[in-house]
Amino acid sequence: MSESIKPMFRKIVQCFTALVFTVFVSNISAVAAPDGKAIFQSNCASCHNPLKDATGPALKGVDGRVPSKEWLHNWVHNPSAMIAKDAYAQKLFDKWKPTVMTSFPSLSDEEIDAVVTYVNSVEPPSKGPAAGTGAATEQPEGTSSTGNWIYALVTVILLTLAFILWRVNSGLKRVANEKDGVPNVKEIPFYRNKVVIAITVILVFIFAGYWITNGAIEMGRQQNYQPLQPIYYSHKVHVGINQLNCLYCHAGAEKSRHAMVPSTNICMNCHKQINEYTGNEEHPLVTAEGKKIDGTAEIQKLYKYAGWDPVKKEYIRDEKGNIKATPVKWVKIHNLPDHVYFNHSQHVLVGKVQCQRCHGPIQDMDEVYQFAPLSMGWCINCHRQTQVQFTNNNYYSIFEKYHEELKSGKRTGVTVEDIGGTECQKCHY
Amino acid sequence: MSQKKYWKGLEELNNTEAHQEVAANEFSEPLPFEMSDNLLNATTPRRDFLKFLGFSTVAATLAASCEMPVRRVIPYAIKPEDIVPGVPNYYASTFVDGGDYCAIVIKTRDGRPIKVEGNTLSSITKGSTSARVQASVLSLYDKARLRQPMVDGQEATFDAIDRQVKDGLASASQPIYLLTSTILSPTTKEVINQFLAKYPTAKHVIYDPVSYSGMLLANEASYGKRALPSYHFDKADTIVSLGADFLGTWLSPVEFSKQYAATRKVTAKNLKMSRHYHVEGHHTTTGASADVRATCKPSEMGAVAVALYNAVTTGAAPSLSTKGLNELVTKAAADLKKGNGMVVCGSNDVNVQTVINAINSAIGANGTTINWAVNSNYRAGIDADVAALTEAMSNGQVGAVLIHGVNPVYELYNGKKFAEGLKKVPVTVSFADRMDETAQQCKFVVPNHHYLESWGDAEPKTGYYSLMQPGIAPLFKTRAYQDSLLMWAGATTTYGDMWKQYWTSKLGGESNFDKALQDGIVEPAGDMPTGGATFAGNIGTAISAIPTKPTDGMEVVIYEKISIGHGGMWSNNPWLHEMPDPMTKVTWDNYACVSPKKAKELGNELTSITEVDTAKRVIKLKVNGQEVLLPLIAVPGMHNDVVAIAVGYGRDAKVGMAAKSGTDKWGNEIGGKNVYPLTHMVGQTVSYHAPVTIEKTDKTYDLAITQTHMSYEGRAVVHEFTLEEFAKNPNELLEERKEEIGPFTHQPWGEEANEESMHTEPEKAAAAGAAVLLDEEGFRKNATLYPEYVSPGIHWGMSIDLTACTGCGACVVGCMAENNVSVVGKREVMRSHDMHWIRIDRYFSGNPDEPDTIQTIFQPMMCQHCDNAPCENVCPVSATNHSSEGLNQMAYNRCIGTKYCANNCPYKVRHFNWLDWNGADCFDDNLYEDYRRDGMNDDLTRMVLNPDVTVRSRGVMEKCSFCVQRLQDAKLTAKKDGRPMKDGEAKTACQQACASDCIVFGNVNDPESAVAQIRKNNKERVFYVLEQIHTLPNVNYLSKIRNTDKIVGGNEATDWMMKEHI
Repeated sequence: MSESIKPMFRKIVQCFTALVFTVFVSNISAVAAPDGKAIFQSNCASCHNPLKDATGPALKGVDGRVPSKEWLHNWVHNPSAMIAKDAYAQKLFDKWKPTVMTSFPSLSDEEIDAVVTYVNSVEPPSKGPAAGTGAATEQPEGTSSTGNWIYALVTVILLTLAFILWRVNSGLKRVANEKDGVPNVKEIPFYRNKVVIAITVILVFIFAGYWITNGAIEMGRQQNYQPLQPIYYSHKVHVGINQLNCLYCHAGAEKSRHAMVPSTNICMNCHKQINEYTGNEEHPLVTAEGKKIDGTAEIQKLYKYAGWDPVKKEYIRDEKGNIKATPVKWVKIHNLPDHVYFNHSQHVLVGKVQCQRCHGPIQDMDEVYQFAPLSMGWCINCHRQTQVQFTNNNYYSIFEKYHEELKSGKRTGVTVEDIGGTECQKCHY
Repeated sequence: MSQKKYWKGLEELNNTEAHQEVAANEFSEPLPFEMSDNLLNATTPRRDFLKFLGFSTVAATLAASCEMPVRRVIPYAIKPEDIVPGVPNYYASTFVDGGDYCAIVIKTRDGRPIKVEGNTLSSITKGSTSARVQASVLSLYDKARLRQPMVDGQEATFDAIDRQVKDGLASASQPIYLLTSTILSPTTKEVINQFLAKYPTAKHVIYDPVSYSGMLLANEASYGKRALPSYHFDKADTIVSLGADFLGTWLSPVEFSKQYAATRKVTAKNLKMSRHYHVEGHHTTTGASADVRATCKPSEMGAVAVALYNAVTTGAAPSLSTKGLNELVTKAAADLKKGNGMVVCGSNDVNVQTVINAINSAIGANGTTINWAVNSNYRAGIDADVAALTEAMSNGQVGAVLIHGVNPVYELYNGKKFAEGLKKVPVTVSFADRMDETAQQCKFVVPNHHYLESWGDAEPKTGYYSLMQPGIAPLFKTRAYQDSLLMWAGATTTYGDMWKQYWTSKLGGESNFDKALQDGIVEPAGDMPTGGATFAGNIGTAISAIPTKPTDGMEVVIYEKISIGHGGMWSNNPWLHEMPDPMTKVTWDNYACVSPKKAKELGNELTSITEVDTAKRVIKLKVNGQEVLLPLIAVPGMHNDVVAIAVGYGRDAKVGMAAKSGTDKWGNEIGGKNVYPLTHMVGQTVSYHAPVTIEKTDKTYDLAITQTHMSYEGRAVVHEFTLEEFAKNPNELLEERKEEIGPFTHQPWGEEANEESMHTEPEKAAAAGAAVLLDEEGFRKNATLYPEYVSPGIHWGMSIDLTACTGCGACVVGCMAENNVSVVGKREVMRSHDMHWIRIDRYFSGNPDEPDTIQTIFQPMMCQHCDNAPCENVCPVSATNHSSEGLNQMAYNRCIGTKYCANNCPYKVRHFNWLDWNGADCFDDNLYEDYRRDGMNDDLTRMVLNPDVTVRSRGVMEKCSFCVQRLQDAKLTAKKDGRPMKDGEAKTACQQACASDCIVFGNVNDPESAVAQIRKNNKERVFYVLEQIHTLPNVNYLSKIRNTDKIVGGNEATDWMMKEHI
């Protein structure tokens, strides 16, 4: 028996050691090894696709094509220099000119290798019924709703029963009274009962008043407004998953009162290369109504607006050479009344307010909805609580009194309200 | 002199019943509901109450359940690189209207021009503008502009027209004439030369709607140059103007106003001030600004010039028709002889202008104040040439006429003859932007771009250039007339290419060109060279040709209004129509101005000669066999035998809705009369005055006058001193103010009731280096029970110099453009419903029966942004309240229209939106229409609206906001850069428009700011209107200083106001 135990024990120890080692090693590699995918997406993806030719060649299997690993490193660090002296590089340039690849001198050899590993690992998306994941989740929860019905039915039956019994009871009472010769009190139907009427009127008044007042206050406000857009543009995919900077598209946010919805040529900066949605497994696109969305088809819609011919990979132009683009008629979600002046740059650049403070978790929204009520009370509250960049911005040096108070400790901070941020003509003129 | 009596109009002076009524009433018309006893005593039955309750509940529910419309946000398809939506772009360009010139900067928002400002880089206009320059942006969006070329009144294509015109020109057997206004553009002159070279029989004829031929010809005779010199009003110590309205309409008022104002910035320490003598027949703003003014009939103007010449050269005493004229000439001659003088004259008579040249030569003005080294090119038109053309046309000796920039059928004294002549010309082409009177008579109309759509240039003074670049692509199928000329001359280049090539090669390279285009101007470095000229004219002949005595009887003067000018596209500009004339305060019409005395003689009862009653008597004027019926208006300061009428009115319906003359929908006559036909040729030039006979009629005509809309009921709101008085005792105003507010600077109770502080005042004053210590701070704190507003950061303040203000109205139009101020139209102006945020109050003093005694003060009046504002306290919903920056804020969306604020405002600067002027109302079909001003609400015209300013809807109050959108923008720019705001970064629209720099604006908390400096260094002239009622205005005024020794007395019989109020 001991003999049989021994090998077993040894096996366990071996396995355990191996496990510990693997975990240890893999941990190390997780810390040290560069994330090829991230580097690829932030540096290479605007010109390269792993599987298809774009501005630059498809990168899968690049290590097999090029003369050597070293060559590849040198190329990435300084392509122009390579073109000047290396024959293979020359050939490559001839094929892809006039575009010369951007040099990335800051990428280390390991990082380049990691990118290569990543692009090699990318598989073409399998076609067919592989993506049938949503079916199971759409099971209707029949049981609980049937239960509700039964409860309602029982309640109604019981109430009817109670009513019948009450009527029978009073009928019997009448008969008994008649029998005993006691005069019956004239019965008043409940709907003519003054107490009932009074209570009903008061209740109706309170509830209707509440409802009307609320409705009036809410008039024109549309918190949680989430309209269908002409293109299913997912902020989650762009900002949440691919980490795009908000200001890349909404360039006006730091310059103008309008944050600006980007024009199609801004979209096309990236989408000249990115012509399909490959993240279906990672993040399937679904509308609020549960309809599945084909990301690639949405990109095709963009091409139609942008006047881009995806086959020829060039813009469609009229005889004067102007791109035949049409603007996308997005549905405006965040609406302020005409008499409100709101300036994005004031808040974003001067106030250093994060976009999410008003627009909510935009990085998690596939379809954008209005997060904040955008009511005046909401604005004012923020102005009351928010500290201005008082000591960091030299503009505020003119508020000498506040600076003195801050120095003497009489004041801990200066809110927007303190510098007049709740006055009418800061927003209404 | 501060105790002098001022009156806004004759009704105030005479305190007529109608005036008392207007002054006492809150509103000028009865309110639109009956205030019956029944209404006041009515009890509401329970059932009615329930009905109302039910209705309002249902209404509210329905309203609340309304669905929000789906709004779209549509970005650019391809965004132009240089446009950031919401951020304005500025392009330097040039305003040109015939010979009128102004260097400008176009403000475009999201690709459309919305405002025009002066270009400060120009050494000529120095950032100034005029009312017309400000209003020119509205003309860009004029609905009446032609949208495509026309042939025989039918729409046509450029190709078809080019073919026909080319054929017509090629086959013309008679000479071809190109008839234009003065052309300032050097490249256009090249184009014209190319055209003339192609057609050897072609001639270029220039004329100006309001002619300066007399000056040009006189200069040719006197100096051998058919040109105009550069005037330097800023270098003049004595200015004598014989009928030249150089601050309003004469040559280049924008430039001259700036120069003139520079000589009139008086402080107690700097008492240097030019002296301005003025002689005229009617009453202009220039005359109103003058230090010494006398009136004469226009026919005597020549005699005045001769008398002045004699007085200057021989010292001969003048013997003119009035004592006032004699005195003025004697004094003026004495001052002119001291040097640095200049004489300008508005006459179009060659002989008179020759005498003026002789005077200027005699006093050595040439080379000092009048510069012959650099010519002005503002006018080049010769009347005789166009007269000859008219003659040739009616004789059938003209093969083709191409007309640009002028409208001879309307503007010529013999316009009818010109129109008939046109019929005999085989090829007639007009480049007019609309179907004006001449274009209607032309076969081809090839509309030119608006100047804001054009490439171009200007050479206002020889060697001083200004480039013109478009602020927007052409809105319609129009074509630059230079392109048409080039095309017909067979050239292959376009004007744009030619223009660019011209300037690139002239400036030496692309980068220089870019810089010039960005600056908008190309000027030689350094100061303008000055040079004189030797008078070589025949003064004897000139003098002998001038009549020594005025003609008998009444005379008519045909003049240009500051607003509408010579007519043209301005006649259809609602902003300019609504701008009250500086002198008469009349909007939307032309009329016959006469003196109050004459008005009485013409049999007008007092109420209708004054301004309260809108119905004015219509008179019939007969001039040279022409008859015209016009309403009569009494203007103090007019010569008793002169009647003055403005041109620019009486337009054809196709010129535009606002310009149209005829009858309106309700059968009322509108649009005034064309009085160009009342002018006539005298010798070589057109004369703008003539003998007239006047008949009264029984008809009346309504005029919309604004001056009586707001009354101070005689309280002293302006202060005026002669320079001499001011020099003698600069502290007089301070003493007066101290008398008013001194008793309230200390609290009679509490801690501050410190006897000592009162007694130590003289010492304190001595320590502060002032003769009078005015404890403004004490007054601010202690003269009220209301708490004090503190301004921890910025405190906005404005200073307005009454000495510099000429009443020109540029600020009024600038404000309308910046702040989307509604145009209400004549009918509503008559009901006091005008919406101007800034008005220019005009005060007369003197005896209305003696025009030479009349002195005038202009006072721009807008919201005073009181720190203790009476309007704020009475608003039941706090829609108007105070900001920590000293602004009196008006929140439109909170206003419920009680009008209490307007009632309680002592300055009467609040305006209520009685009707839906602009479609901002939430109810459909509520838009006010009067079929004249309605073009303002056209989708095209609405493109001029400033997107940063709310368009106010019916039922809310509005008033000057100190251009808060600009203040916020300036603050934001500074914040973004992380630096304190610079003085002058925030400018109000009125300040920027002002050609005389009389408005200064800034942060008074910053002791270095210009406005704080003025209040400190010029405190002897500072005053606040109605300061004694402790409104603590944030607008201060600087007293009017007049460089005269003549004190205008009041009239014993009408001195009631002084007795009552002072």
